[in-house]
Amino acid sequence: MSSLKEFSKGFFKENPTYVQVLGMCPTLAVTTSALNGLGMGLATTAVLTMSNIVISAIRKAVPKNIRIPIFITVIASFVTIVDMLMHAFTYDLWKTLGLFIPLIVVNCLIMGRAEAFASRNSIGKSMLDGLGMGLGFTGSLVLLGSVRELLGSGTVFGLELWGKKFNIFLMILPPGAYMTLGLLAALFAYIGITRKKRGGSK
Amino acid sequence: MSRIFLILLSALLVNNYVFIKFLGICPFLGVSKKMDTAVGMGFAATFVLVMSSVITWFVNIILVKMGLEFLTIITFILVIATFVQFVELFLRKNSPGLYEALGIYLPLITTNCIILGVAILNAQQSYSLLESVFHALGAGLGFLLALVIFAGMRERLELYDLPKPFEGVPIALILASIMSMAFMGFQGLIRL
Repeated sequence: MSSLKEFSKGFFKENPTYVQVLGMCPTLAVTTSALNGLGMGLATTAVLTMSNIVISAIRKAVPKNIRIPIFITVIASFVTIVDMLMHAFTYDLWKTLGLFIPLIVVNCLIMGRAEAFASRNSIGKSMLDGLGMGLGFTGSLVLLGSVRELLGSGTVFGLELWGKKFNIFLMILPPGAYMTLGLLAALFAYIGITRKKRGGSK
Repeated sequence: MSRIFLILLSALLVNNYVFIKFLGICPFLGVSKKMDTAVGMGFAATFVLVMSSVITWFVNIILVKMGLEFLTIITFILVIATFVQFVELFLRKNSPGLYEALGIYLPLITTNCIILGVAILNAQQSYSLLESVFHALGAGLGFLLALVIFAGMRERLELYDLPKPFEGVPIALILASIMSMAFMGFQGLIRL
């Protein structure tokens, strides 16, 4: 039961993007389409899960003073692996995501989970935490990407919904990223507030 | 010479790293609530950017010579982390005044993606040493510019009565969207 909680908290309650506001740079930069968001999200999930497992496994051997460089080395190794795998197997996606794959290293989400969770909890729990947080991150990226793709080019995942009649080109440009994310974050805050109100009145 | 100036201007305005290229958003949203923290963070980041771009330029030459390009990510991030730590120690020992002003921002800078991003871009575009330095300088000043403009707006924003769900980050993002539109106006000014 509690392990289920570790897994599912990333989806809404502690959603990395809308609630914790972590890992903003890739969130804003690569979500010009739903597919790019999905790719970036899954790459981050892979790195997050693997680094959480390793960091949790070595947590007792790591001296406290130099833990940050050690964590960074672990994370950077997995990012390098993911970078090379994506170069080999998903070349087009690798090219579109470009600079933001190496930058997974400095995604505050990963370092944050390593520091706040994986360095204190068992391997199993850390794995679930990494998977849950990663999938929550992926979910928000896909949501953001879908909205922007739909408004900007009238498609979702390349499927045409209403064609090019109502395109707002701005949505796939940088301002659209900030705008959509701001509105979605406000929506999440609104849902959070109403939920809390309902819980209070009971 | 004109190429260097173009690189500087491009990183500063046309391809502003915060508003157009989306690097360094976390500190941008995190420390832009007050003007003096924004200025401190901006200068600290500019300093680290320029210095680390020099160091990573030399490191990159070694890596390329030895055919170890696949280690770029690991080496760069470790070099940057070590360098930031070193600067912190040096400042604390030799110039307490500057340490007071910039010190608290330094640990945050290691995880600022603009530093690693610029270092990797320098390597990818195979810029010369001088070009790298000016690219980093432009990026840093652009970051400072974005932070200062944004902090000014957010300070005034505190006085307004906003709908509850928009308070904090959402309204900041929408503000950033409008700023980003303004910076889109520089688009097409320079072609590199």
